[in-house]
Amino acid sequence: MATTAEPTTALAQPKMVNLTIEGRPVSVPEGMSILEAGKRAGILIPHYCYHPGLSIAGNCRMCLVEVEKAPKLAPSCATAVAEGQVVHIYTEKALEARKGVLEMLLINHPLDCPICDKSGECELQDFTYQEGPAESRLRDPKRFNPVEDFGGDVLYTTSRCILCTRCVRFMDELAQDTVLNVSERGDRALIGKFEGKELTHAWAGNVIDLCPVGALLSKDSLNKARSWELDHAPSICPGCSQGCNISIDTRDNTVVRLRPRPNENVNKYFMCDVGRLDYRWINRQDRVEVPLMRRGEAHVAADWDIAIPATAALLDGKRVFVAASPNLSNEALYLLSRLIRANGGAGAFTVAVGPEAPLPGVDDLALRAERAANGNGADLLGFRRAASPVEGMAAGDVLIVAEADASQISPEQLALASAIIVIGTTLPETLRMASIVLPIANYAEEEGTFTNLRGRVQRFFQAKAAPGMARPSWWVAGDILAALGKGDAYYLASEVFSAMAADVPAFAGMSYDALGMRGLVVSGGAQ
Amino acid sequence: MGYPFPSHAGETPVLSKYFGDKDAISLAGFRKRGGYDGLQKALSMTPAEIVDVVKASGLRGRGGAGFPTGIKWSFMKPGDGKPHYLCCNADESEPGTFKDREIMRWTPHALVEGCAIGAYAIGAETAYIYIRGEFTEPLVRMRDAVREAYDAGILGKNAMGTGKRIDIVIHKGAGAYICGEETAMMNSIEGRRGNPRIKPPFPAVSGVFAQPTTINNVETLAAVPHIIVRGAEWYKGLCLSSPKSTGSKLFSVCGNIAKPGNYEVTLGFSFKDFLYDLCGGPLPGRTFKAVIPGGISVPIQTMEEAEATKMDYEGFVEQGSMLGSGGVIVFDDQQNMVKQIARAARFFAHESCAQCTQCREGTAWTTKIMERIRDGEGTHEDLDTLFSIADNMTGKTICVLSDSCAVPVVSGINKFRSEFEALIKKPTFHPVTAAVA
Amino acid sequence: MTAVTHEHDAPYQPVFVGERRKELDALFPLYPTKMACILPALWMVQEDRGWVSDDAMAEVAQVLELTPAYVKGVVTFYTMYNTHPVGKYLVQVCTTTPCNICGAEDVVRALLDHTNCSDLGVTSADGLFTVIEVECLGACGFATPVMINEEVIESVTAARVPELVAGLK
Repeated sequence: MATTAEPTTALAQPKMVNLTIEGRPVSVPEGMSILEAGKRAGILIPHYCYHPGLSIAGNCRMCLVEVEKAPKLAPSCATAVAEGQVVHIYTEKALEARKGVLEMLLINHPLDCPICDKSGECELQDFTYQEGPAESRLRDPKRFNPVEDFGGDVLYTTSRCILCTRCVRFMDELAQDTVLNVSERGDRALIGKFEGKELTHAWAGNVIDLCPVGALLSKDSLNKARSWELDHAPSICPGCSQGCNISIDTRDNTVVRLRPRPNENVNKYFMCDVGRLDYRWINRQDRVEVPLMRRGEAHVAADWDIAIPATAALLDGKRVFVAASPNLSNEALYLLSRLIRANGGAGAFTVAVGPEAPLPGVDDLALRAERAANGNGADLLGFRRAASPVEGMAAGDVLIVAEADASQISPEQLALASAIIVIGTTLPETLRMASIVLPIANYAEEEGTFTNLRGRVQRFFQAKAAPGMARPSWWVAGDILAALGKGDAYYLASEVFSAMAADVPAFAGMSYDALGMRGLVVSGGAQ
Repeated sequence: MGYPFPSHAGETPVLSKYFGDKDAISLAGFRKRGGYDGLQKALSMTPAEIVDVVKASGLRGRGGAGFPTGIKWSFMKPGDGKPHYLCCNADESEPGTFKDREIMRWTPHALVEGCAIGAYAIGAETAYIYIRGEFTEPLVRMRDAVREAYDAGILGKNAMGTGKRIDIVIHKGAGAYICGEETAMMNSIEGRRGNPRIKPPFPAVSGVFAQPTTINNVETLAAVPHIIVRGAEWYKGLCLSSPKSTGSKLFSVCGNIAKPGNYEVTLGFSFKDFLYDLCGGPLPGRTFKAVIPGGISVPIQTMEEAEATKMDYEGFVEQGSMLGSGGVIVFDDQQNMVKQIARAARFFAHESCAQCTQCREGTAWTTKIMERIRDGEGTHEDLDTLFSIADNMTGKTICVLSDSCAVPVVSGINKFRSEFEALIKKPTFHPVTAAVA
Repeated sequence: MTAVTHEHDAPYQPVFVGERRKELDALFPLYPTKMACILPALWMVQEDRGWVSDDAMAEVAQVLELTPAYVKGVVTFYTMYNTHPVGKYLVQVCTTTPCNICGAEDVVRALLDHTNCSDLGVTSADGLFTVIEVECLGACGFATPVMINEEVIESVTAARVPELVAGLK
């Protein structure tokens, strides 16, 4: 196997501890909390303040469990496993204690679930349904605090807050920009900030996902959808070369929000606000929906059965130059590279850059300067990084503009091409003279993989339907190759990927099954 | 000498001997009275020898928990290459308790001496004395005493000419009961909110500034020089009842009593004699109704229980309460227990650090219910709810503030239920009235 | 137009300059972190200004290399730091249980009456007094203790209040 496995560390194997949780024997590394060990045993111990990406606060007291021979109930987030320990989660004593916590959390909670964005994905709801009290014994007026704009994308609905302090810890420990605090004490306590200092850190939006209740909400997605109306597709953020794992949440085929999806090797539990809020383009309406062929001064719609052979005819025997986008999938780029190999020619791409914005508390996690998902993949597949996506094009080449930024191609450069074929989601004004326009799906509408800056190849899945007759980019490229008699047509993205793995050494030994949901690092690691 | 009243023959004045004696405040005056002899002797011993003497004396923590001091000190591992710290808990914030205040006002050097010995014994070069912000006069006295001790070469890089470094830093609190809890105090010294920490790690492993730390109460440390000078056997001999409770102990007495003040007795003393003889009994024309014997966090005693109590760690437990910090609050027949328990609950609600759910919400909820009962708006159902909330607040949080709030409520309802019932006019709750309220 | 100068309109004058700065710098070697000097620094602010304003919190944050939000979290934890201006005399009356049973509430009422403060926490019109209830001053045997600025006056009764207040006017 040429594939590089997970980066191996020189650490010795940790000592394993054997214990029993709810009658299930588990063996976990020494030092692990009972709460985490519970997950290994298949049991989620209810909790609020605990989050695996943050320090232990132990303040919500929701994760109390009974440990045999211990005098008191133990907070499972803050109690380490011990050899021979016997843990009970659902004894009457433990259940009563957690029910008591839930009652206390709810006495001043507004119970306004019908108008709360968190409803349906709220841990306060979930655990209350699971083991909370059926009714409150509060006979006195509830506490009320006004809603506060925390700046950035964040709204603080104070009355819903359970003071778990996940947000405070995130900003303090991971963003290392302590703009949030716990203010006051006793039941007057609330999450506070300093006048004029807003939640504007590039990673601040994560406090919204970290909030286990509806206290911190996204202004961007406020009141857009009830959580149960959303469909979720696992994907990879295309905003930079970090390759943060995300979930694309759609409602009626429209993307309404992006949220981070945990991947220990890439982004832990987080994504930056730039990536999070840059999704409206996915829903844009000015798409090319049918293949177009030039007839005189205008384009006419054509069926794929016409457009593909016509494309092959234009390309047959010609040198080809591919102006690629570094946001195309490995699969699309691979098949385009095959086209270059078959006909002779070259390919190039440009990468937009921006300021890097790290999340300082997490090793090797940043909004990267390279603002494209697959620059590394394009490198590995033989495309050249250049100042212009057509740099190196020879006069008389057939130019394929494959989703490259057309604004970076000058009319003089375009004039060098013997013909222009656009493989894209849209038809930019400057490419109106293209002979053929082949509509493709955007990344949220197809399946594929990106290779991040550390060489990790990660899968993304289809989140919404492509408009009209648009097809996945790899499908279009594969059909052109087949029409030229230079390859087989592909019916699945996974087949394209397997062909690439067999062909390109960096990807050797990989398959979609092997990649799974965490990805694998290319042979030779990062470029 | 007693303070503010003259010493009673039944007292054993060790720590309080110079209370009210203005001449004992200064370094010169304190030295004339044998001050710093203990430190002199201690510095000629090894730390392990000091720990052994304190262990043998049976001295237990005077702040409330009663943990054996020598054993606590033995958790510190000298020579581990880390800086060690001693924190002196002078936050004395437990309502009913004002003994440390008088130690610092009248014999500030006794505390400096105790801290210096304690620091040396645990291998610490720095001791922080955390004094609550409200103690303006003790703060001045302690700062003056520390300055005098530095000027005299008692403290500093070359303490008493022995080449050992002992620094003492006075740290002023700013109004937070919970900072009397040792881990909250460490956070406060570090410049954080005074939130108690989860244990483990225990302070001896990772305390203030994440270094091995020991926290001792003012009275505990002030007793140490006497033990060093007069020996463990002498201290152990101060015992009238349980052999597990040795030495003299300061009790602060307040509330409805003829002679409130500080009294120092040998542990095991009769609480009945203490209240009626030493403290002069009730005010004219009144009778005692109840006592909270160890600061407001311990269970209320009926007079029957109080009068049967031997004043030591075990004796108070046998009679339904705890010695705690030794803050005796006496209630007479003029007091309404419901009103006072509601007031106690309000104290805890005000002081909750807000970390743990049961404490943040439970103390405030308890207060709301107690005040409603006090105001004649309570129901019998409320009493059940109070018990249930108290159960949820007990033994389930990071520190014991929440438990402490439940204690007077539970012991109060159990022991003075008729006073609650007298205020309850409505048998059950009527939802409409709450909506209007 | 009459020029009315409110405190918050005037530019903030830093506390930690000159002697105060030296005093603060002298504290740094006593602790392993600068953060540990936050309580002493806030005390200095309050001694000089009578209260701890947002501007002062920002200054403390800057001199101790913290953030203003952090400092605010600490300030609001400790009840002795005034987050609003108070009268010339801040009168703090203990009303916790031991003092309560000795008549502390009568003392509070008498103080409000004689200082002409309309309510607890409201500064009198002449700017002289702010009366607040506090939890336990740690002088329970001397009920009711009243702390006026830095001085604790023991065994105050409602009857003693007129004389006490008159002495301050």
